[in-house]
Amino acid sequence: MTRLKVLAPPVVVGIAALLLWQIVVVAGRIATFVLPSPTAIAAAFGTVATDVVQAAIATGTTALIGLVAGSLAGIVAAILAARFRLLDEVLSPLSAAANAMPIIALAPVFNAMFGSTSPVPRRLVVAVAVFFPLFVNTARGLRRIDPVHAELMSSLAVSGWALTRYVRLPTALPFVFTGLRLASSLAVIAAVVAEYFGGRQDGLGSRITSAASATAYPRAWSYVLGAVALGLVFYLAALMLERLFSPTTRRSR
Amino acid sequence: MTPAVRIENLDMRFSTDRGEVHALSGIDLSIEPGAFVSLIGPSGCGKSTLLRCIGNLATPTSGRVQVGGRTAHEARLAHHYGIAFQQAGLLEWRSVQRNVELPLELHGVGKRERAERAAHLLELVGLADFARMRPSELSGGMQQRVAIARSLAEEPPLLLMDEPFGALDEMTRERMQAELLAIRERTGTTVVFVTHSIAEAVFLSTQVVVMSARPGRIVRIVDVDLPSRDEDAREHPQFFAGITAVREALRGRTSAALHGDDR
Repeated sequence: MTRLKVLAPPVVVGIAALLLWQIVVVAGRIATFVLPSPTAIAAAFGTVATDVVQAAIATGTTALIGLVAGSLAGIVAAILAARFRLLDEVLSPLSAAANAMPIIALAPVFNAMFGSTSPVPRRLVVAVAVFFPLFVNTARGLRRIDPVHAELMSSLAVSGWALTRYVRLPTALPFVFTGLRLASSLAVIAAVVAEYFGGRQDGLGSRITSAASATAYPRAWSYVLGAVALGLVFYLAALMLERLFSPTTRRSR
Repeated sequence: MTPAVRIENLDMRFSTDRGEVHALSGIDLSIEPGAFVSLIGPSGCGKSTLLRCIGNLATPTSGRVQVGGRTAHEARLAHHYGIAFQQAGLLEWRSVQRNVELPLELHGVGKRERAERAAHLLELVGLADFARMRPSELSGGMQQRVAIARSLAEEPPLLLMDEPFGALDEMTRERMQAELLAIRERTGTTVVFVTHSIAEAVFLSTQVVVMSARPGRIVRIVDVDLPSRDEDAREHPQFFAGITAVREALRGRTSAALHGDDR
């Protein structure tokens, strides 16, 4: 019942929007080469469905590898920054600068560096894009140490690494997963857009550009739908992980 | 015999945003092994700071602190003491048992021995049935018992306690006091105990160290000699005599400070 209440409004509004879209396009208010009708997109989707899935798998692989690599890098950098103050003073402004840079601008540069047939450049684009949210959130979590815990560990005369491992990291874990949730959609966006700049033609981004340049707009929209679905899959997976590790639901180990 | 704790001419000042604070002044204190010593005094008199100096969690500006014949620093590195704070400070992501095991795990004690020690300690504090639970599933008093079990994990010769029962209700508090005495009876640990409750100090201690308001000085050391330490002791004339002595020492200093040291 409550689930229905939550789901009903967006579903109703969504269907209404689709209907309105269909009516406006069919009535000829918008030219079909500007915006194809939903039924046209659905028809196109039917013919390319398997290819959408394959392209989504290719792009998803890029996004996943980049996400894992970039997240690990962000987490490790945050741990090091929390451990060594000097490193913090170096890394924090650097990562802020990296974040201010439009990551997509790196795609053509990376392509030139690694060769456009290599899968490395686009994975690297994703990794760089997700680094910052993971770094910032993990660093924030690592600083959240309870003063009593700090004093306890000090009384036990343990090393800084033990403090990190036994107290700082477990305290930071929910923050890490919040960072991962923020980074998950970003990873898919970066993976799709990185494909616009050439390289292997096997992902959603390259499919969208080639369909659009062939004026096959319903087909282009089919791949956009695939990208939306892929982004949602990533987001929901990260959301589940975050729920799993949130303080209220964590199990003792 | 080497005193359990020896403090000579300790002075503690630290600077804050509002200028320098003179926290402790001219502290001399010697604690015999096996003694139960309470530090009592008005809020902000530096009794917690003094406890932290013994535990080497704070460094005095001048003076000497020796713990078990070593410097406070060496004693801390040698895991010479266990400590319990006003907040239990349990690690929420670990089970009750693994919280008790923490000091042992950090110091490289094997898994089986850890589990045996933890089981024994949890029995000691009456929480054997709660070993697998998470701290948040326990009441405040039970969490504090877990913290005490943790402080005893390595059978330290010295136990430092910073108002460990301060956040508990009166009933729980009295039960915990009795349990603490029973535990000490069995382990023979020297205890330094910070409190602001006169009754608690007198009931638990062999000596009550009465401190003045800032800068904290030792006003008087009241020896308490109760014939027993069971519930009847709270009705004993010696108990009331101890309370009176501590109260007078506290009041004497407070009024002197009001009249003489007015800033």
